[in-house]
Amino acid sequence: MKEFGYRRAHDVTGAVALLAADPEARFLGGGTNLVDLMKSGVERPALLVDVRELPLDRIETTADGGLRIGATVTNSDLAAHPEVRRHYPALAQAVLAGASGQLRNMATVGGNLLQRTRCGYFTDVSKPCNKRSPGSGCPAVAGEHHNHAVLGASGHCVAVHPSDMGVALTAFDAVVSYESADGPGRSPITDFYLPVGDTPHRETALPPGALITHVSLPAAPVAAHSRYRKVRERASYAFAIGSVAAALDIEDGVVREARLALGAVASRPWRARAAEAVLTGAPADGATFAAAADAELAAARPLPDNGYKVTLMRNLVVSVLTELAGSDAR
Amino acid sequence: MTTTTPGPPAVRGAVGVAHTRVEGRDKVTGAARYAGEIPFADLAHGWLVLSTVTRGRILDVETAPVLEMPGVLTVLHHGNAPRLNTDYIGLLGTPPDPTCAVFQNDRVPFAGWPVALVVAETPEDAREAAEALVVTYDQEPHDTALVDDHPDAYPAAGHMPAETEKGDLEDRLAASAFVVDARYTTPEEQHSMMEPHAATARWDGGRLEVVDSNQGTSWVQSELAAMFSLDASSVRVRSEHIGGGFGSKGLRAHQVSAVMAATALQRPVRVVLTRRQTFSLGGYRSPTTQRIRLGAAPDGRLLALEHLSLNQTSTVYEFVEPSAGVARVMYDAEAHRTANHVVRLDVPSPTWMRAPGEAPGSFAIEAALDELATRAGVDPIELRLRNEPDVGPVSGLPFSSRNLAACFREGARRFGWAGRDPRPGTRRDGRWLLGTGTAAASFGAGAAPSTALVTAEADGSFTVRIAAADIGTGARTALTLIAADALGTAPGHVRVRIGDSDFGPAMIAGGSMGTRSWAWAVTAAAAELRERLAVTTSIPPEGITVRSDTTEALGTLAQKERHSYGAQFAEVAVDIATGEVRVRRMLGIFAAGRIVNPLTARNQLVGGMTWGISMALHEEAVRDRNSGGHYAPDLAGYHVATHADVPDIEVDWVDDHDPDDPVGIKGVGEIGIVGAAAAVANAVWHATGARHRNLPIRPDRVLAATVSDSAGAGGGAADA
Repeated sequence: MKEFGYRRAHDVTGAVALLAADPEARFLGGGTNLVDLMKSGVERPALLVDVRELPLDRIETTADGGLRIGATVTNSDLAAHPEVRRHYPALAQAVLAGASGQLRNMATVGGNLLQRTRCGYFTDVSKPCNKRSPGSGCPAVAGEHHNHAVLGASGHCVAVHPSDMGVALTAFDAVVSYESADGPGRSPITDFYLPVGDTPHRETALPPGALITHVSLPAAPVAAHSRYRKVRERASYAFAIGSVAAALDIEDGVVREARLALGAVASRPWRARAAEAVLTGAPADGATFAAAADAELAAARPLPDNGYKVTLMRNLVVSVLTELAGSDAR
Repeated sequence: MTTTTPGPPAVRGAVGVAHTRVEGRDKVTGAARYAGEIPFADLAHGWLVLSTVTRGRILDVETAPVLEMPGVLTVLHHGNAPRLNTDYIGLLGTPPDPTCAVFQNDRVPFAGWPVALVVAETPEDAREAAEALVVTYDQEPHDTALVDDHPDAYPAAGHMPAETEKGDLEDRLAASAFVVDARYTTPEEQHSMMEPHAATARWDGGRLEVVDSNQGTSWVQSELAAMFSLDASSVRVRSEHIGGGFGSKGLRAHQVSAVMAATALQRPVRVVLTRRQTFSLGGYRSPTTQRIRLGAAPDGRLLALEHLSLNQTSTVYEFVEPSAGVARVMYDAEAHRTANHVVRLDVPSPTWMRAPGEAPGSFAIEAALDELATRAGVDPIELRLRNEPDVGPVSGLPFSSRNLAACFREGARRFGWAGRDPRPGTRRDGRWLLGTGTAAASFGAGAAPSTALVTAEADGSFTVRIAAADIGTGARTALTLIAADALGTAPGHVRVRIGDSDFGPAMIAGGSMGTRSWAWAVTAAAAELRERLAVTTSIPPEGITVRSDTTEALGTLAQKERHSYGAQFAEVAVDIATGEVRVRRMLGIFAAGRIVNPLTARNQLVGGMTWGISMALHEEAVRDRNSGGHYAPDLAGYHVATHADVPDIEVDWVDDHDPDDPVGIKGVGEIGIVGAAAAVANAVWHATGARHRNLPIRPDRVLAATVSDSAGAGGGAADA
């Protein structure tokens, strides 16, 4: 394999400067995805800048009652944090639905958002892939796409984003803060991932060489009544074939506020705004939940072998919303 | 000694009592060294380059730029590799798979075919150069799709007759009160052992030594000697610890290419396969497509049975996955027809994988019997008991012992089968539908010639040397217990040394025959040694050694149907809204002869049943229909059951005594998987009313079955 350099960054400015100086450098968080990609030859960095020692490992309550999560907080620490569990339970559930205990002990919040798709064409350098090698083609469209996108994809790429954490963050309007050579910046997570279009290799709104420093969650009382459900082909240690992060605020049998995001259906965690619009102000019953799911999935464009995902997501949305409504004490 | 058949070993307490693995401490502390990590001075590292096209010819291997790269020592390919002898029949009665005889011509018969070996000073240098090596091909169209009724399919024998037939099938089907006619498929499955293949080859004083991870050192020794036209005595193969094999670890491209490179460079060379490389080079279980037709009288007795199986093989090697063989042992009928067919495709060569034939074959026939039980309104266990044959359905030979009924009775009692409501789709726990299922299991109990050396040491201890292999089964420990009893001593006084071809020919760890074959040789040598010791007054410093060879003794064993049996039970939960299937509990009761070490035997059986869960719900190697190569060939893409998928699995056994068998062991390595997937699939039907005839039972298939079976749990006739 290719030889690479290794530097440990001690402050954010220094880390960003190291990356700015070398276009073949990459930030190393927990390494749970990047190191795999290096082993398979997908990534061939000349330099790894280890950011795990940066002072970004805190979870703080913000003045407005939200949370500010450092980018190097591990998945395990995030899922175990009392404020996360109390105010954003779906986020803790999502994190715990991912990977294994060992991986969660290593993986970081910033790295999780920037992990790459597990599409088997992307991870196999002997095969074409527009995301890995722009212009080489997408063999998934006419090939194996059992677990590929049904929403928001293009003929250039049908890969799905693998994150569980990101689905919950998307439901809760998280904001990604970063530091680049040009200074700090922020992006709502719903704008953070770029549309696929004809540039599937451009995945995020991060400027080149920028480092994610924090993820902020605004205060959201509805999030305290939330749930994450993940469906996968085995009981653990597998990426989702469909997942749902949902939150409901119900009063007198009517939905006052709803949050809904879908996972494993698109190139990014999918905020289900069409479904939320149907839910808001409607009776909290099965008919509403089914109508909400249908409204969101009307835009689905399945391929020959992944149409089941539309059925799965409809059923999963209804099931999770029904559970949430049923467990609502009010 | 060569001819003595030893009597029943004296029961002294070692055999039959749970004993932890004698090398367990070494394994958990890391002291046990595996083939890829044993140090050698001056070691060079080879990295295989595999074809990226599926069918064609190699036009050019551009070695010059790669030879200039750091650390690179040589590049072997078809243009410079020595010619090998492949015109021989190996120890197991088969010719070598040309995939292992690397670099002999310019043909590429499948994606992932070995085209070159880059050897360098470090593994990193070798890999970097291997990935930089440019190979150009003349690409040809390929056919990698196994389909029903493929026009090129033909009957193939393998290790058993291709076809058997008696009676008039159509006549008996027409006379039947109940008929099942269904197709079943199983996907390509990969061995996925923890330790990938690894070998180091070196020349040492005119002898070739190969340190390897394999299932039989004398087997690999004989293959390498034949292939390189060497005297067998000038080849030594060692394989002390093996991180799983399951049929995959025989002669493979890694040993042959390592020997080639060690010969060319005259220094030790190691070749380790990556996980991805094992998908095309390590063998695999072929996908199967099977058709079953059953016809039964009103009481459920079979009048007609047809089991047809088709599997794929490569264009360079014929391997039969004999799925239709199960019915030849398990069920009789007035008209009885079985056939194994193969079709040559542009795919890698399949090979033996845990319960070859029985694993996919039992899924089909045991699922079909469950369908017949439903049609006939007979309890699935009762249906099987009513169809117990008196003699081998095809052979007509008597059974040495057949305790399937005892397994079912004990299993039904322990599982709580009595009073089971046969109607599907009626039990619920929250969002989960619950169901139970059962299936029968069988696996052959054979033995093959082996030699063993047993030495009485001057200090009063004993040393056993036999070219056995402990691929994780606990064979080393089992042989220690067997030797202790045979020698009339305690296990702590016996050292068992295995995994070295210099100990003489011995059966491989395969076919569930290893422990039985080796135990036979060890007890034979021990018996003669005890006779010698009885008339010996003092033991010389070098000890007294007796060698046994069971070849003749095995020849005197009467021809009978010799098999292990088992009854599998599963309870599953299915969420038909999401397609998730979870196994809640399993029970397996087996009649598997004499159990040498309950601890490791239970481990083997639970492991086999876990494989069955994995086969039923998860495992599936996916081939990309356009490129012809694998899609996502690694353990992230190829799912095996995780701990969370494996519930409480209970295993036990019934007494199973074969009076004319001197060792009484039947082997437990494979029977645990047989029938397990069918038990799970039958339980999924009981839970949901949908029949799943295609494995694995993925969420999308459960969802599709639910959609197509909108009538719900009534008839249970939905297909998936």
